[in-house]
Order: sequence, then structure tokens, then C-alpha cells
Amino acid sequence: MTEVAMTAAAQPQAATDQRRVAPKGSGLEVAFEYVCFAAATLLLAALGGVLVSLLIGGWPAFAHFGVSFFTSSTWDPVNDEFGVAGPIVGTVVTSLLALLLAVPTAFGVAFFLVELCPGPLKRPIGTAVELLAGIPSIVYGMWGLFVFAPVFSKFVQLPLMTAAPPGSIWEKFTQGVPNGTGILAASIILAVMVLPFIAATMRELLNTVPAQVRESAYGLGATTGEVVMKVTLPYVRRGVIGAIMLGLGRALGETMAVTFIIGNSHGFPKSLFDAGSTIASTIANEFAEAAPGLHTASLIASGLVLFIITFIVLALARMMLGRQRSV
Amino acid sequence: MAISAARIASRRVANGAFVAFCYIVTFVALSFLTAILWTLLQKGLGGVNIDVFTMSTPAAGSRGGLLNAIIGSVMLCFYAMVIALTVGILAGTWLAEYAGNSRYGTVVRFLNDVLLSAPSILIGLFVWEVMVANLLHHFSGWAGSVALGLIAIPVIARTTEDVMRLQPTALRESGIALGTPFWSVIRSVLWRSAASGILTGALLAFARISGETAPLLFTALNNQFTSLDMGREMANLPVVMFNYALSAYEDLQRLAWVAALIVSMSVLGITIIARFVSREQKRT
Repeated sequence: MTEVAMTAAAQPQAATDQRRVAPKGSGLEVAFEYVCFAAATLLLAALGGVLVSLLIGGWPAFAHFGVSFFTSSTWDPVNDEFGVAGPIVGTVVTSLLALLLAVPTAFGVAFFLVELCPGPLKRPIGTAVELLAGIPSIVYGMWGLFVFAPVFSKFVQLPLMTAAPPGSIWEKFTQGVPNGTGILAASIILAVMVLPFIAATMRELLNTVPAQVRESAYGLGATTGEVVMKVTLPYVRRGVIGAIMLGLGRALGETMAVTFIIGNSHGFPKSLFDAGSTIASTIANEFAEAAPGLHTASLIASGLVLFIITFIVLALARMMLGRQRSV
Repeated sequence: MAISAARIASRRVANGAFVAFCYIVTFVALSFLTAILWTLLQKGLGGVNIDVFTMSTPAAGSRGGLLNAIIGSVMLCFYAMVIALTVGILAGTWLAEYAGNSRYGTVVRFLNDVLLSAPSILIGLFVWEVMVANLLHHFSGWAGSVALGLIAIPVIARTTEDVMRLQPTALRESGIALGTPFWSVIRSVLWRSAASGILTGALLAFARISGETAPLLFTALNNQFTSLDMGREMANLPVVMFNYALSAYEDLQRLAWVAALIVSMSVLGITIIARFVSREQKRT
């Protein structure tokens, strides 16, 4: 008892000595840092895991088909003959066509929001464009197949096909079945889907241009178009390339919408209206029902190809954008 | 003088063309949104009735609803968010507070940004390989949740890091000056003041995964019956939409549109709430 009293009395003195009681919970200090570190490492492990698992899962296909896996466009589950060239070409062509449509549109939207839009409308229109990014991919697919395709067939495909002079390059580009699906239709839907991402990134970039720079251009008598094209756009050019690459990365891996509308045939697409396939749409269509063995392995191997393509594109995009882009 | 007048006129025309182009493309973009929303309402609302919320997915030609799919989707997303919030917040905290400018931190940060836009179907393949093919040997709700979680983690990690970096250094210093261990400063000071920012990130991540279809196709698969067992195949709205929309039966297609309406409205609602939360945060 006296001991307790003594320690209690000694306490304030002890505090002035160096022997303070450690604050509550300080024992877990290091543990907490390790837990956080582990969580961050898990991110790294996830990305590494994707690569390794695709490599292991796809290895039988690479080993069996060798180089012809990348060059052959035969996709024949019945005879176990697989070549991924068709879907690779389909992926690249649809993504590039989508960018061709989306980039000017997204730039126009971003310029509108930054330079032209009346103040009170900025927020609602900006939100509306962002909502376009929020609509799930599969809803784009359903809308594309059931609403867009009939319209597209009637007002774009049929007129273009009938107007094309026989034997001309136009006829070559527009041959196919005018059912509203195919490469170009998929590209248009893809363009609508990546548009909000490019527009949002562009808008953020344009907002980083110092007000003085823009104002001095206006002060010299430049028109809105001149300010944008000759002053603000060159100011952020590095980021602009990043924004486009980010859109490309999205387009390459987009799955459900494309699956609905591209027509799903595995050869090389022969025209803009021809049915085709992308790597992602092939996996989505066939993977759940694929026979174990070469079919599954080939699908996983094609996933690896997609992973490498998108990784390179996205990595370049992030390098160009630096850290200015949020989600 | 005459030359300069012509030049002014041509510049004016060029500018007019530019402005017109901006107006037109914005109009086009907005009309796509309107068209899609209109279709959803038109095709979806007609099919909404009490059966949708009380009965399981039917075979073609019989009565049925989406109850099992709704329950499944909610459960899949719930567990995915539990996983993603735990890992995402901790990883974001490490990046903001402990990583500094270390090389490892830079690498993790960079790869997290890449993972943000990585194709979701590849995440599905990865989870299928690890969980469905090798660990569990069958499709299961857990595999679906892990796949969705992996998609949500980078979003949450990124927003957590961003908002924690925005917290003033004085906040950390004053905590430490009181003798609080740093990890307690993080928990009870930094996380608390960054809460609304983290919430925004969580909502955006939730919006993103709730419409995600591709990774569920071969992880959670689908289930005709109402089931609460995460260890079995799990019905979910996106996969039901995929199967029914591509079926040849009109009644199933109608249900697919109802599902599309439910999913889209939830996603858009959450997105708007998230924007509202982040706006409140900016105001204070």
C-alpha cells in the first residue's frame, strides 16, 4: 500500500525525468505502418498476379501454336485451332476509329465547358457529361443493339451502301450485312463511352492554364477559337496526348458494349460494316463455356495480349499526364 | 485597310465555325445521354411491377422477377466494398503518409494509376484462375466479390491518398506535439478530417462496380434461385441483363430492361450523391 502511494507521488516527478509512460497504443505504431505497407504491396501484387496468372494460364496456347497464334486468324473451337490475329485487329481498329470520332468531340465539349458555357450552366452540363461515363457498359451494349443499330442500319448503312458506285473503294468499305452491327457501329458506341473520360481530363487540363495567359491572348484581340487553338491547347499539349492515350486504354479493354454490337465473327474484318470481334468481346462470349484445354488457354493467352497492349498505352498516358489527373 | 478587313472577316468566320462546332458536339454528347435515359425509362418503366421485387428470375414464358439478382448484386457489391475499403484506405494512407518520395512509393502510385483503367475483364480472368480454377474449384459469390473489390481498390486508394495529402501539415504536427502516436493521429485526426473525401471516393468506386458485368461472367456466374450463400454461384443484375437481353424471348428482354433501369438509376444516383458530397466538402 505504501508502495502504491509512493509510486503515485513519484509520478509527476517521473514525468519530468525521461521515464515517461508510453502513450496509449504506441506499441502498435510499427504494426500499423506494416499493415498499410502490406495493403499497398497488395496493389502491386494484384497487378503482378494478373500478369503471372495470364502467363501461366495462357502458356499452353503459346507453346502449342507458337508464332502462328499471333498471325493466324483461324478461331475454330471444334478442331482446337486458335489464332488471335482477327480479334487483335478488331480491337485495334475499333479503338482507333472510336478515338477518331471521340477526340474532336471530346475536345469540343471541353472547350465549350471551359470557354463558352454560360456560368450557371457549367455545373449541370459538366455533370451530365460525367453521367455519360457513369452509365454501365452493358447498358450501352443493350442500347446499341436494340435502339442504335436499327437507326444506324436504316439511315447510315443502307444509304451509304446503295450510294456506293460499284467497284469503287467506297463499295469495298461498305460491304457487309446492313443489320446495324459491325465494326463502325461498335466504334461509334465506343466513342460515346470514352468521350466523357477524354473530355473530363481535357477540361481539367484546360483549367490549369493560368488565367493571365488566356487573358493576355484575348487582350491582344484573339478570338475564342484562336485563344484555344493557339494558346491554351499548345500550353497543355503533353497532357492532351496523355488524355487521348487514356481514352485509348479505355477503348481497348471495353467489353460488354462491344460484345453486344460488334457481331462476333473471328476473321479479319473486311469492311466498316463487317462483323468482327475484339479480344475482350471474345473472352466475354466464350470463356464461361470454353472447354478446358486449348480453348481456355487460348482465351487466357489473348487476355495476356490485351493486358500488354493496354498496359503500355496506359503507362504512356500516365507518364504524359503526370499526377494531375484524378480518377 | 481592305486587306485587314478581309482578314478580320475570315477570322470571324473561322471563330464562328469553331464556336458552332463546340456547341454542336456538346449537343450531340448530351443527346446521346438523353436518348439512353429515355430508352431506359421507356423500356424499363413499363416492366416494373411488384413481381420484379418479389420473385426470382423466371424461365421464358413464366412469371418472375429479379429478386434473386437484386439480392445477389447487393451482396456481391457489399462484400466487394468491405474488401476495397479496407485495402484501399490503408494503401492510400501508406502512399500519403509513409511512402514519401521513395522509389517503391512512386512505383506503387504509378501502377495504381494504371490499374485504375485496366480492363475489368482481365481482373475477372485473374480471379477465375486463382479462385475458381485453383482454390474453390467452382464459381462462387466470393470470387465475384474479390473481382469487384480489385476493381474498386485503386479508385479508393487514389482518392484516399489525394485527400490525405490535402490535409494541412499543421494537423499532423499538432497531433504529434500532444504526444499522440502517429498512427493514432492518422486514425483519429487525419482520417476524420478526410472522411468526406474518402466517402466520395468510396461512392464513386461503388458506382463503378455496381454496373460491372465482364468480371462477373466467369466468377459469380448466375443462379436461377434466390440464394444467400456466397460460396455458391450468385445471381446478379448485370449477368441477368446480359443473358436476358440476348435471349430470343420478349418477356425476358423486358426484364433485362427493368434490370438496366434499376442498375443505371442506382449508378447515376450514387454518382450525383458523390458529387454533392465533394461539393459540400469544398464549401467547408
